Amino acid sequence: MATLRDAFGNVLSVFILILIGVLAFSIRLFSVIKYESVIHEFDPYFNYRVTQFLTKNGIYDFWNWFDDRTWYPLGRVIGGTVYPGLTLTAGSIWWFLNSLNIPLSVETVCVFTAPIFSAFASWATYLLTKEVKGVGAGLTAAALIAMVPSYISRSVAGSYDNEAVAIFALVFTFYLYIKTLNTGSLFYATLNALSYFYMVCSWGGYTFIINLIPMHVLLCIVTGRYSPRLYIAYAPLVILGTLLASLVPVVGFNAVLTSEHFASFLVFIIIHVVALVYYIKGVLSPKLFKVAVTLVVSIGMAVCCMVVAVLVALVASSPTKGWSGRSLSLLDPTYASKYIPIIASVSEHQPPTWPSYFMDINVLAFLVPAGIIACFLPLSDASSFVVLYIVTSVYFSGVMVRLMLVLAPAACIMSGIALSEAFDVLTRSVKLQLPELVEGTASTAEDTPSGYGSVQNEAAKSESSLEKLDDSLRERPSRKHRKKEKENVEKASSKPRKEKRLLVLPLVASAVAIFLLIMLGSFYVVHCVWAAAEAYSAPSIVLTSHSHDGLHVFDDFREAYAWLRHNTEVDDKVASWWDYGYQTTAMANRTVIVDNNTWNNTHIATVGTAMSSPEKPAWEIFNSLDVKYVLVVFGGLVGYPSDDINKFLWMVRIGGGVFPHIKEPDYLRDGQYRIDSQATPTMLNCLMYRLSYYRFVETDGKGFDRVRRTEIGKKYFKLTHFEEVFTTHHWMVRIYKLKPPKNRIRGKTKKSKSSSKSSKSSSIKSTTRRNPWH
Amino acid sequence: MARSSSSSSSTAKDAQALIQSLRSAYAATPTNLKVVYMAIVGSFPFNSFLSGVLSCVGTAVIAVCLRIQVNKENKEFKDLAPERAFADFVLCNLVLHLVIMNFLG
Repeated sequence: MATLRDAFGNVLSVFILILIGVLAFSIRLFSVIKYESVIHEFDPYFNYRVTQFLTKNGIYDFWNWFDDRTWYPLGRVIGGTVYPGLTLTAGSIWWFLNSLNIPLSVETVCVFTAPIFSAFASWATYLLTKEVKGVGAGLTAAALIAMVPSYISRSVAGSYDNEAVAIFALVFTFYLYIKTLNTGSLFYATLNALSYFYMVCSWGGYTFIINLIPMHVLLCIVTGRYSPRLYIAYAPLVILGTLLASLVPVVGFNAVLTSEHFASFLVFIIIHVVALVYYIKGVLSPKLFKVAVTLVVSIGMAVCCMVVAVLVALVASSPTKGWSGRSLSLLDPTYASKYIPIIASVSEHQPPTWPSYFMDINVLAFLVPAGIIACFLPLSDASSFVVLYIVTSVYFSGVMVRLMLVLAPAACIMSGIALSEAFDVLTRSVKLQLPELVEGTASTAEDTPSGYGSVQNEAAKSESSLEKLDDSLRERPSRKHRKKEKENVEKASSKPRKEKRLLVLPLVASAVAIFLLIMLGSFYVVHCVWAAAEAYSAPSIVLTSHSHDGLHVFDDFREAYAWLRHNTEVDDKVASWWDYGYQTTAMANRTVIVDNNTWNNTHIATVGTAMSSPEKPAWEIFNSLDVKYVLVVFGGLVGYPSDDINKFLWMVRIGGGVFPHIKEPDYLRDGQYRIDSQATPTMLNCLMYRLSYYRFVETDGKGFDRVRRTEIGKKYFKLTHFEEVFTTHHWMVRIYKLKPPKNRIRGKTKKSKSSSKSSKSSSIKSTTRRNPWH
Repeated sequence: MARSSSSSSSTAKDAQALIQSLRSAYAATPTNLKVVYMAIVGSFPFNSFLSGVLSCVGTAVIAVCLRIQVNKENKEFKDLAPERAFADFVLCNLVLHLVIMNFLG
């Protein structure tokens, strides 16, 4: 009978897992339904372009690709600066499908990669939570992560970015680590290292893994939970993991040279010392052990001090103490705003607000503390790992909004554990009380006083789960060690008595509690679907707005890129702010000066300076970079708030950081950037103002900017060094061409031209009329 | 690796036993020699140096893991068949050396 029930349970859980996968896939399809199957935002366009190159040219050309169409004239080594995991995954899916003669385009594969991998991620969460707490918790956690809005926001269909694949790799690596820890098998350790390799390929956030696992190992050692399984779980991972990480060109030798990895090496040495200590303790007699321990510890300390001294010298010699800029901004949240304005300017790197926690993980924020308590009873290696994971991820998510994504799986695991334990207790109390109720007998005197029953909040549930788990803890080790059968028999006789002791909640209370929990779950589901449909499905490249006369679609970006693609030469260079670089190279197929990779601060500062200068110096800067076209995004006519005028403060700051003649106070009136009649003359004369508002007054006669909600300051002006070549339908993208320098120079006579060089130089100095082109 | 039973109480014999056990434990790690050699030769090209050092350390670590798993007196691994442990050991070594080979340049 038990085997039939087990078999039925297995089939049911497989079926539930398939449904969860389908759910995870389909909830991310809102953008495809509402807009179209298009790639969103900015970064995914770069990944899409790289994938196109990979599918067209093969993998060897991909590894050696030097891209000369971005960061003109510097170029970019794509093979060595991109995390290849995502593109290789999508490329191999496309290749596999094509070899089966299913002709999907590269774009379709790229758009749908993220939902597929989110289904995989929910299955990996199921496996991980099953290792920690059991099948019920696993299924709940998988269902939660299939829908959690924080993860949806980075993995909708069309968001073809690193995180789509990386979260799956993260959870899968953690699952294999826990599995190795629980079983002590070297096979899973090898798989763990390979999965870690996949994570390193996919995302820069792999440093989280290589610091969390050593922290957990250290925690286990310090709390006295060292065991050979811990050694097997950790030591091969460090060796294989470091080697595999150095194979990826982006990481290269950083795997051993940067401070982000030093924690793993330190704990590697520590675990060897501890292993040695335990080994010797087993070999020698106790009275000799004390003698030996002092000897070994002294030798070990000497070696350790030497190594630490070398490390400290190495680390202190580098100005950032060996950490990269992004990692430092995680450890010290004020670092980026002081030293690296570019990192501070990305909106994803700002700290999150309190409402964003509720928006992103919703109900889970309440369930996480209950889950943490449930993890402590009993405390195993796996549950201590999950507790550490959630604590560190909560801290990091408080530093950067983008890292809420790392918090999401941890929160789902914890909530899954909490919900599953709660349901366990409640259904058990219902199940065991129901026949008594049916038979009409009152609860027996052996029940503990049900004083808890009147309180129906989470505290009661967690307390009851505390009691129940206490007993199950005593039952569990007895199941593991089959040799201790005496204890088992003893347990079996006292089990019915103990089970009756578990019925703390009376029937009505537990039934109401079950109903309330289901309501909580339904609120969560409703919120997730709403968030997926309304908040996170906008593809950013196509905008819509609802007005009284129907739905307006703003497709200006693609209009502008298509114009560039069809109306300019292939080798023409386009200058814009770095946000649009990836989209320009991918869709318009033109060379750009700066793009979203932001690896060269000086180059970006050059473009920023040009945008903040008057027309003539800006023309000169752009001419020195061989720029032919300048592209600005302007939202004043339609009320699009993310246009270049709103980003102007970053252009000034970044430009001013490198070129001191750009001073931010020159553009501020009363501490604010203004473009109306109160604006400073520097602001009214700068290139960004001119290019955005050229002929703007012709639209409505007054020049009313809908984003800034004022009339503009300077309304009627002519451009001397630029000419307008294209403005999109809603004036959102405006393209200007650099006017070529004049052939004839006004004011210079033929006599001075034909004279000797020395007099020519002196005559140039002596011309009173300043020549605009030299 | 025979367990030395310290039946005799003379400290000299116990010290000898200690040294012996230390050495037998240390015999699994002939890394220091390799590191000294590498330090002499210099660390250019870095990837070869790295792969050499890590291959020594790696094989040592994996050998220790195998020993842990096969040891009959280790109560955690009672129900793990030694053939399975050896198969895992072979697999792990295979992956390690594949990566080393690739990284050696």
